[in-house]
Amino acid sequence: MTQIQTTTLPAQATRVPALRMFTALLRAELTRLLRNRAFLVPSLLLPIMFFALFALPNVQGKLGGISAGPYMLVSYAAYSLVSTALFAFGVATAAERASGWMRQLRITPASPLSYFAARIMASLFMGLGSVLLLLLFARVVGGVSIAAGPLALVLLRLLLGMVPFALLGLALGLALGPAGAAPTANLINIPLMFASGIFFPLDVAPKFIQTLAPYLPAYHYGQLGWTAIGAAPAGSQAMHWLVLAGYSALFLTLCLWAYRRDEARRGG
Amino acid sequence: MTATLSGAKGFKAARPSDEAIVVRGVSKRYGQVQALGGLSMGGLNAGDLGVGSPDGVNLELRRGELTALLGPNGAGKSTLIGLMLGLESPSSGNVRVLGGDPRLPQTRTRLGALPQDLSLPAGMSVRELLTLYAALYPRPLAVNAVLELCDLTSQARQRASTLSGGQARRLGFGMSVIGDPELLFLDEPTAAMDVQSRQVFWAGVGAMQARGKTIVLTTHYLEEAERVADRVVLLSAGRVIADGTPQQIKAGVKGATVRFVSRLDLTALRALPDLLEATLTPEEGGCKRATLRTREPERLLAAVFATGAELSELEVSRATLEEAFLNLTASSREMTA
Repeated sequence: MTQIQTTTLPAQATRVPALRMFTALLRAELTRLLRNRAFLVPSLLLPIMFFALFALPNVQGKLGGISAGPYMLVSYAAYSLVSTALFAFGVATAAERASGWMRQLRITPASPLSYFAARIMASLFMGLGSVLLLLLFARVVGGVSIAAGPLALVLLRLLLGMVPFALLGLALGLALGPAGAAPTANLINIPLMFASGIFFPLDVAPKFIQTLAPYLPAYHYGQLGWTAIGAAPAGSQAMHWLVLAGYSALFLTLCLWAYRRDEARRGG
Repeated sequence: MTATLSGAKGFKAARPSDEAIVVRGVSKRYGQVQALGGLSMGGLNAGDLGVGSPDGVNLELRRGELTALLGPNGAGKSTLIGLMLGLESPSSGNVRVLGGDPRLPQTRTRLGALPQDLSLPAGMSVRELLTLYAALYPRPLAVNAVLELCDLTSQARQRASTLSGGQARRLGFGMSVIGDPELLFLDEPTAAMDVQSRQVFWAGVGAMQARGKTIVLTTHYLEEAERVADRVVLLSAGRVIADGTPQQIKAGVKGATVRFVSRLDLTALRALPDLLEATLTPEEGGCKRATLRTREPERLLAAVFATGAELSELEVSRATLEEAFLNLTASSREMTA
């Protein structure tokens, strides 16, 4: 066999800094999110609509020992962020995988880590955007507002607490496929919100729901938010975080199981 | 080449290498399915086969060459490409690309690929998608130059998901070259292309060849492979069954097709020596047009002339790559079946 003699060593392979790749991927994610109006507009309007329907007529009373307006504003911010984590991150990421886009990016030098970081960041931006719109609506239409300091604490806690819900959405997406995951996620999300005191204060809920609530992740998620604006605590902060961490571990295990099952099916 | 390398260490030695890709003893299994190398298990028990070695695929692709991977569906082309791209890990053996492991990002920086099932995300324009890809590589080509190369300048602002099939394949080609890779994989590149797209695409491939790129392509269009490939690797049932220049592969099949019009009937034709296949179609005036496939056209024609039959419209054509392909894949199936 003849050989072509080339004696030059390949040029030293340099790599693009991870931050530059992340920025490019984040810009792409945000562009796609902003142009996906059919998803974005209802996602942003739903929390505002529910707040207007369920909360605005009842802002006068007291909940958890504090004024009902800000309490329910935190409730619907929590609903908005849980939905963002479930759908904009979880279900949509699984859909990206099914579309082949993730596999295609794996051929490029972009690391899966910078891709996931970009998706997480884009989801956080969307979550923040939807909460800001809700705050604006509550203030202008309902005259309900939260002071800057407590508000910052609410956002910090609720953004961190999105993790288990993002993992649940991802697990559903991986297990049920992009088409089946969204309705199922809704089927879980809406009852979860009712049973955790998010849509409807637990004080006026039926007895069995009051018993059930402390076992649900969204209940503890809500507690993190309500206590940040001075509501009477029900259990310690550490316990709320511990329950959310436990659910995160459970949903992560589900993700890995669904991922392996899907990989094996593709391979075969 | 008979270089034997003991263990992985031999590969790590920094040496100027002629090979862009080295595949050694590679096999790939998905559950019960042997996709590449090893014994073909499709519907058979290992014991039924009796023959065959459990060795994997060995292949070396030289720098600067355009290699065409050919083979019927399920031959293992896409599996082999997936292994070379680092998307899959081999069940056994070793794949080296540009002297490194294709699963590492520093290797992937130096290669580009147009996948068979290209995924174009909704909501991004042609230009935005190319700009994103350009940002992932250290020394990318200019976006405008790539738009021109794949003739999508006037579609630059259009959403990528609304492109026609041929335009989408051209965009995929643009995405695969924008990082200015040393090694380019094109998996079924012309599958959905119309004539005009095909012309643009092959001009682009020509430009990449002129820049000294190593190119690996798979295609179902054998005339394309015959025209552009420096080398053809033929896969069947997960094994390499032929490897050489298109001329060498055609020469390996000594076949030819002989056509003529005469009064000879099928019985007379079947008596001819070295006949592989004969078909007859009726012509005017009781004559019949014979199409004969043979390995030895000279001996066959001598026997035809010896019958004393009157011939007209005599035509002898050498095997095309397509015939070589059919011949080789058929005989490899006979061997394993």
